[in-house]
Amino acid sequence: MYRYDEFDHAFVSSRVEQFRDQVGRRLSGELAEDAFKPLRLMNGVYLQLHAYMLRVAIPYGTLSSRQMRMLAHIARKYDRGYGHFTTRQNIQYNWPRLSDTPDILQELATVEMHALQTSGNCIRNVTADHFAGAAADEVADPRPYAEILRQWSSVHPEFSFLPRKFKIAVTGAERDRAAIQVHDIGLHLKKDENGRIGFAVYVGGGQGRTPMIAKKIRDFLPEEDLLSYTTAIMRVYNLHGRRDNKYKARIKILVHETGAEELAGQVEVEFAALKDTELKLPETDIQAIATYFMPPALGNRAEGWESLARWKKTDADFARWVQQNVQPHKHPDYGMVTISLKPIGGIPGDATDAQMDAVADIAEEYAFDEIRVSHEQNLILPHVALADLEPVYRALVAAGLATANAGLITDIIACPGLDYCALANARSIPVAQEISNRFGSPERQAEIGELKIKISGCINACGHHHVGHIGLLGVEKKGAELYQITLGGSGDENTSIGEIIGRGFEPEKVTDAVETIVDTYLGLRRDKDETFLEAYRRVGPQPFKDALYGSAQEAA
Amino acid sequence: MVSKVLTANRLSDGISVWLDAAGNWAESLQDAFVARHAEAVTALEATGKQAFEDNKVVDVNVVDVEEINGTLRPLRMRERIRAEGPSIPYAAGYNGLAGPKHAA
Repeated sequence: MYRYDEFDHAFVSSRVEQFRDQVGRRLSGELAEDAFKPLRLMNGVYLQLHAYMLRVAIPYGTLSSRQMRMLAHIARKYDRGYGHFTTRQNIQYNWPRLSDTPDILQELATVEMHALQTSGNCIRNVTADHFAGAAADEVADPRPYAEILRQWSSVHPEFSFLPRKFKIAVTGAERDRAAIQVHDIGLHLKKDENGRIGFAVYVGGGQGRTPMIAKKIRDFLPEEDLLSYTTAIMRVYNLHGRRDNKYKARIKILVHETGAEELAGQVEVEFAALKDTELKLPETDIQAIATYFMPPALGNRAEGWESLARWKKTDADFARWVQQNVQPHKHPDYGMVTISLKPIGGIPGDATDAQMDAVADIAEEYAFDEIRVSHEQNLILPHVALADLEPVYRALVAAGLATANAGLITDIIACPGLDYCALANARSIPVAQEISNRFGSPERQAEIGELKIKISGCINACGHHHVGHIGLLGVEKKGAELYQITLGGSGDENTSIGEIIGRGFEPEKVTDAVETIVDTYLGLRRDKDETFLEAYRRVGPQPFKDALYGSAQEAA
Repeated sequence: MVSKVLTANRLSDGISVWLDAAGNWAESLQDAFVARHAEAVTALEATGKQAFEDNKVVDVNVVDVEEINGTLRPLRMRERIRAEGPSIPYAAGYNGLAGPKHAA
């Protein structure tokens, strides 16, 4: 894991003291709100419906136990005993006092954490595959490159006042678990025919009110050119991105209006001028960063195969959890564990202080002190010996964290929605809870198979509804909530934007509508192996429209 | 005329508050002063503007309410949730609206 050097420590500490002074001047009345608001946002402090909200950065979603314990401590001491893990691999606290925020940031700094660039028109927290460094299908660990981008983009003077916020995601495998094609820049780490490491570069993806799939503008960018090429993209965007209309200011609009080919040409012109400058990454620098992310020494634990088989035979719940929440690791004696933050009927992404402490303890004892946050709002233990799965499971059961639903219909992404968010038009969480309760039986979930439901409470799409296999968008119509349904979205290597299926549904009818969609799928799939998404791509929207609205009725 | 109340978030902790008849910022909508005619609404707006300038509150708004059997109810769901808190239990293991675990 990356460790702060002296510069990092001094920088974060100085920012905390600067913010403490700013908060003090705000509370004394010396600073007016208009002057203070951009300053608090630069430190991750938002104002929501009920209180301030603090968003803490978790770079590429990687945490140590010590850091997780600090997150628990903050929840306990300064908030209401819980936190909310987000689709950007960060954590949000819903109830901090403004007057406490400098102390919170000071405590975070003691474990090398901060809230910088979690808001504002800058380069935000760089996200990465949550299985980085562990996945069996990985070409290389994406986190060293995410860390290089983090260091480069932190308070970058040229890119701190962009036309709009800017999000970069990096994946290290063909299987895209970081949704790179719906980011401003998506980097797909790969090897060329000579075995050199580099990236396919995607630009101009995003969700929000104008969902766009990113365009690939480079098939292979050598790793040493990462910063010069990214700088070239940023320069083109900074120069030509629209500043007259915030709804047209993201790079996706520039790519769309300019055309990917023309934009790629402009980037190449900038890149030619930057390619052989100080931005070229020396191999020694890449290696130096990569050493921070070396996998732990994973000894052979072959005894796990036999004991795992035995435990599975004697405990059906454990067997189901292993089947659903444990993925193959690079090392055959190990697995990658998904800790579901989606208890049946619970709040997606929420964890109490006690649960965070429990995860920290488990990671320390059984998982080499490493924890990840996934963009699907779950936690990950990337390195767990098969021989340790049973005690890990027992500890998770005791903490209420052993729901066996990773990738299933109850593993729902939901934004905070109108229960917390000042921008929302409708609630998300209660909808997620009702769907979760409706489909909560393990047998029914298993029968349905992989199905990703994603719910947003407004058009900003923080709940990723555009890329949900079933997406729900809450809107306000005539003073009441209404939920628009999209089908066929996906945020993986075959990214697609969901299609609106027809008129929306009232809150009390939306779960029934989802059930109708699911039942329609179960009735038309070729066999149990054909997933919802595959079936939808095969048959299209019509059978679902007919089931929801009746074949003779006007759906739109 | 639709009845109106003045609401904001308190500067120091961001908690939702409503202006009461004594000119204080109350934590309950039910304590709010209700403006039932145009002059009273104008006074509310002026009070809100002043409180913002005095750095007591932020995000000041006049919102529509109805009175049902003596209970105030905002017309918009957003304002109802602001007044009543999230419509959900906060998190598994968390018990109710008691407030922060640490002392005030």
